[in-house]
Amino acid sequence: MERNLMKGNEALAEAAIRAGCKCFFGYPITPQTELSAYMAKRMAKAGGVFLQAESEVAAINMVLGAASAGVRAMTSSSSPGISLKSEGISYIAASDLPCVIINVQRGGPGLGGIQPSQADYLQATKGLGHGDFQVLVYAPSSVQEMINLLTKAFDMADEFRMPAMILADGLLGQMMEPVEFPEAKTHQIPKPWATNGTGMKRKHNIINSLYLTPEELEKTVLDRYKRYEVLENEHTEAETYLTEDAEILVAAYGATARVAKSAVIKAREAGVKAGLIRPITLWPFPKKEIVKASENAKHILVTEMNMGQMVDDVKLAVECRVPVSFFGRTGGMVPKPSEILDKILELGGAE
Amino acid sequence: MNHEILLAGFGGQGILFAGKVLAYCGLIDNRELSWLPSYGPEMRGGTANCSVCISDEPIGCPQVIDPDLLMVMNGPSYDKFIGNVKPGGKAFIDSTLVEQKCERSDIECFYVPASQLAIDNGLEGSANIILIGKMIKESGIFEEQTVRKALEKIIPPKRAHLIEPNMKAVKIGMDF
Repeated sequence: MERNLMKGNEALAEAAIRAGCKCFFGYPITPQTELSAYMAKRMAKAGGVFLQAESEVAAINMVLGAASAGVRAMTSSSSPGISLKSEGISYIAASDLPCVIINVQRGGPGLGGIQPSQADYLQATKGLGHGDFQVLVYAPSSVQEMINLLTKAFDMADEFRMPAMILADGLLGQMMEPVEFPEAKTHQIPKPWATNGTGMKRKHNIINSLYLTPEELEKTVLDRYKRYEVLENEHTEAETYLTEDAEILVAAYGATARVAKSAVIKAREAGVKAGLIRPITLWPFPKKEIVKASENAKHILVTEMNMGQMVDDVKLAVECRVPVSFFGRTGGMVPKPSEILDKILELGGAE
Repeated sequence: MNHEILLAGFGGQGILFAGKVLAYCGLIDNRELSWLPSYGPEMRGGTANCSVCISDEPIGCPQVIDPDLLMVMNGPSYDKFIGNVKPGGKAFIDSTLVEQKCERSDIECFYVPASQLAIDNGLEGSANIILIGKMIKESGIFEEQTVRKALEKIIPPKRAHLIEPNMKAVKIGMDF
């Protein structure tokens, strides 16, 4: 298979087209813009629709419309733009529609900056809009993994009839790495619920998120949470590195996991038994994977490009059996391997 | 042999392009690699820089902090990065634009008047590639032919006439 060099943003766009994405609705924002630009260039040739909406709010509601018709639809943005999309995402979740949303995170809050960040972790995993709902959240840490997870996100969104998010960051979006595109492994399933014409052969399908009878609304939410339970039990993912005998377990995802891995290798060279667990699904959160990886851990160090948004999830996963510390940089700063290494050595009791 | 390379200068000098040439060389030689540009306000008029990692192992942190190969094309970038070069590392300096001289004895500095050489040879705008030529010669990181293959991959077919001038710039750098 031929290796090619691609930016993360471009790889996400190409992977979406190959996964059968037929409609892309976007609005430019740094550091995500190459994704929209790639779609603008390629989507029409691939037989799909690219549309630059008048705003992020419009773009997400176009996704709602396209997904209702049963086609694979996607939108992408960066942090402030995702906040604008949150109302539409709640409507999509409430309508049990599949779609893919990409967040190439930048520093916040507010307009913030344009450098890499992971400060939207809580938003993505806990509150991407009003109401009781979840979205699938995947956190790639390389350009190749962006391709693999994007394909998976479309498949899982279809299967579970819910939105899926790729939570990337400016570093992954902007960097180039060698990538390979596997032969299309995506599988599209029939969507009997889609509002794509009855052909006078069946009853009208209705896509709706308004239920004025509380009993009825409660039932839709409970049904959705049954699907969430399946996801939490069967579809968590994490990568482990040198965790079997790890006394200091580092937990990191996305771009930070790469920096953390460099630090873990250096810590081993310095004689500290360090290991790394990298959550790939941020929701559902890989609790059992973390419990297993921390069997011999004396201390867990969470590292992120934010103020410690994943710390509570890790503490709950290990039920506070192991002490959990945090090291992070925020506002667009990327932690240096040496900074994480110092923290590991300090916790490992090395001189 | 693993290399962490940092390239820095003004926006418009072809810093990101020079990094791309190295990245594609890595691709052609089947190495692991990463290419990370600065994409902040600096690329809109200020200094631009680019991190390239070439390795036999998967790349961890793609951001180069202490390079073993540094290429600088303006004074501010020289001041900012020369102190970060790893002991034993090499720096490639466009001495037409950088007046400073390095006093470190633990690194090797190559002063190439690349901008002037480019003008003298009718290759305006190719100072970046002249420095790349010097870098591959002195570090042994890539063969000249690999650079040609990289350029053939990067430069679109309708601009294929630009490959030869670029190779001429590589040669000038190698021979300096």
